[in-house]
Amino acid sequence: MKGSRVLAAVLAALAIAALSLPALPVQAQQLGTIKIATQSPLSGGQAALGEGIKNGAQLALEQLGGPLTRMGFRLELVPFDDQAKPDVGVANARNLVTDPAILLVVGHLNSGVAIPSSEVYKDSMLAMISPANTNPLITDRKLRNVFRIVGRDDVQGVVGAEYAATELKVKTVYILHDKTAYGQGVAEFFRQHAPKVGMRVLGFEGTEEKANFDPIINPIRARNPELVYFGGIYDQAGVFFKQARAKGLRSRFMGPDGMDSSELAKIAGSAIVGMTYSTVAGPTAVYPAAAKFARDYKAKYGKDPEPFAAQAYDAMAIGLAAIQRAVTANGGRRPTREQVTAEVHKTRAFKGLTGTFTFDAKGDPVPATYFVIQIVSGDPTKWGQNRLVKRLDIKPPSGSM
Amino acid sequence: MEWDVLIAIFPSVVVDGLVLGFVYAMIALGYTMVYGVLQMINFAHSEIFVTGAFVGAEILLIMQAGGTLGALHPLALLAVIVLVAMLVSAVLAVAVERIAYRPLRGAPRLIPLISAIGVSFFLQDAIRLVESLWRNAFYLTYPVVEFFDLRIAIAGDIDVPIKSILVVVASLLMLVVLTLFVNRTRLGTAIRAVAEDQAAAGLMGINVGRMISLTFLIGGAMGGAAGALFGVQFGTINPYTGFIPGIKAFTAAVLGGIGNVPGAMVGGLVLGMLETLAASYMSLLTGGAFGAEYKDIFAFSVLILILMFRPRGLLGEVVREKL
Repeated sequence: MKGSRVLAAVLAALAIAALSLPALPVQAQQLGTIKIATQSPLSGGQAALGEGIKNGAQLALEQLGGPLTRMGFRLELVPFDDQAKPDVGVANARNLVTDPAILLVVGHLNSGVAIPSSEVYKDSMLAMISPANTNPLITDRKLRNVFRIVGRDDVQGVVGAEYAATELKVKTVYILHDKTAYGQGVAEFFRQHAPKVGMRVLGFEGTEEKANFDPIINPIRARNPELVYFGGIYDQAGVFFKQARAKGLRSRFMGPDGMDSSELAKIAGSAIVGMTYSTVAGPTAVYPAAAKFARDYKAKYGKDPEPFAAQAYDAMAIGLAAIQRAVTANGGRRPTREQVTAEVHKTRAFKGLTGTFTFDAKGDPVPATYFVIQIVSGDPTKWGQNRLVKRLDIKPPSGSM
Repeated sequence: MEWDVLIAIFPSVVVDGLVLGFVYAMIALGYTMVYGVLQMINFAHSEIFVTGAFVGAEILLIMQAGGTLGALHPLALLAVIVLVAMLVSAVLAVAVERIAYRPLRGAPRLIPLISAIGVSFFLQDAIRLVESLWRNAFYLTYPVVEFFDLRIAIAGDIDVPIKSILVVVASLLMLVVLTLFVNRTRLGTAIRAVAEDQAAAGLMGINVGRMISLTFLIGGAMGGAAGALFGVQFGTINPYTGFIPGIKAFTAAVLGGIGNVPGAMVGGLVLGMLETLAASYMSLLTGGAFGAEYKDIFAFSVLILILMFRPRGLLGEVVREKL
């Protein structure tokens, strides 16, 4: 009895040894897999934008992954759906930091999700390059692993207010926001700047309402402001614009880059014709380098790139370049997350589709470009024809903290 | 204080309150009917309601994709979506009763309640799953039908969109039909008999199970109609849209006196009105200190007060006389 048990153990040990032998030569050729995660809403009301981020990043990985593949790494994109919800984003973040093969995160779409999630990435110094987050707190927390390639809401709110006062000659404004870090943030900056350029703020209100805006519209209609500014995202704002016009509100409409999706036209239709929005991501047409990207994107996914898709491409490109440098610096071996983060910091004058990127110490791009865009049609298929009415290059505010 | 503003918006506040109130009332009918018969709160009713809203949206979206949206007169269009939504929601409500409540008929009262909450969650995510597979999106927007947004002047410079009038007319119609049905027909009498005493009704030759199914059928149909009208009125829906109106409508049913059909209507109107008044005037009256988002606190504070003085609701709970 005893003897046979020993025999069985020896046999088992031999079997395991035999099984593990063939694995060795494979490892010699393959340095393993490097994974890059995306985090963006792939379901829910903002899925159109979130999917654009995933697709843009994927396209970049396929087109620009060559050098890393030649160095012997297999590249893989791991898309996560953060549902535009902070709790889901953080849960995904905890999940993805446990996979040591993930060296970079491209995301998120929503600042309110990116802020808590990046705290989780920080613990392992996992670099996050955001193609879309504009809240000042993204970089003002001075996390070493957080970068963005777009502008900031404190500037964006000011750009909107300046444009409203100087170009639209607006004197009175009513401000609404969605009570999120992003929407309320940009609305606050708009409100602070409005009196400085001679605009009177008739009201400032936050709402999480998504269906019935009647009670909010009534007081606005009675005060008859020349402009209504909605700090928020199209899925909510579109419903408001539509109901407000249907109720006979004649004010001009304006919003931040959260308005930038053809879905807005789908929801609000003719109500939004002529409205303006500020954005940190211009339409693909304003970037000469992005023409090929737009064609490739359409060929691969069968639709025009949504806003932030080109930015996601750039975020991925910057990240891949940094990983490449980190591999070289590490003698051709897989770098650590810290090494990758350090290399992203060294990005200087990187030529992307949507600009030339250099990061400051906080991870903000210097300078960032801001646009004001006017919507020309309520037809969602004509979203790409929206008119660029203003373009500004502005450095991130230095004193802000 | 801006009195001129307060007065200027008053008429449209009243109209909005009425419309919202009638939507609540229609949903509340479903809660009240089922409670009246089974003394059970059917928490899955908010999803029955939202199913109606999705059915309406799907019909319109499919017609829009096929280019046939303009082929029907808008009123016929409305009739079609409301009727189909009623049908689907009614069938769903009956199925829910068969699967999730009937097997628990003899169980203590809390058990079917928990089952109802489970069904509610299940249906939310089932709708989400179906829409995600079918459209790759579960936030749906009703296509614009210009006719519904046309405004009709009712007095002076007060004008109302046609859809709001349609919501009011449709729900009034349903209330009248339902009241007549319950009080004047043989089937209605049978339902009332079952509500009063199931065992005795059974002994009199009434098929109790069928009457309960019929109750769910009617409540479901009301919920489905309310869903489609809600969609037409407010435009955007998602699988979780039903939760808040469902809770409000349940409150309306309690406020009016649960189990009492006209009570549900009155409760819905009072709640819709209170809520709209609060949302519209709160920020004006407090100089912006309290915004529209405090509307529910105000409305529900008033409800607590009313129920303290009239614990059986405004029109009284339907109380059975036991011999």
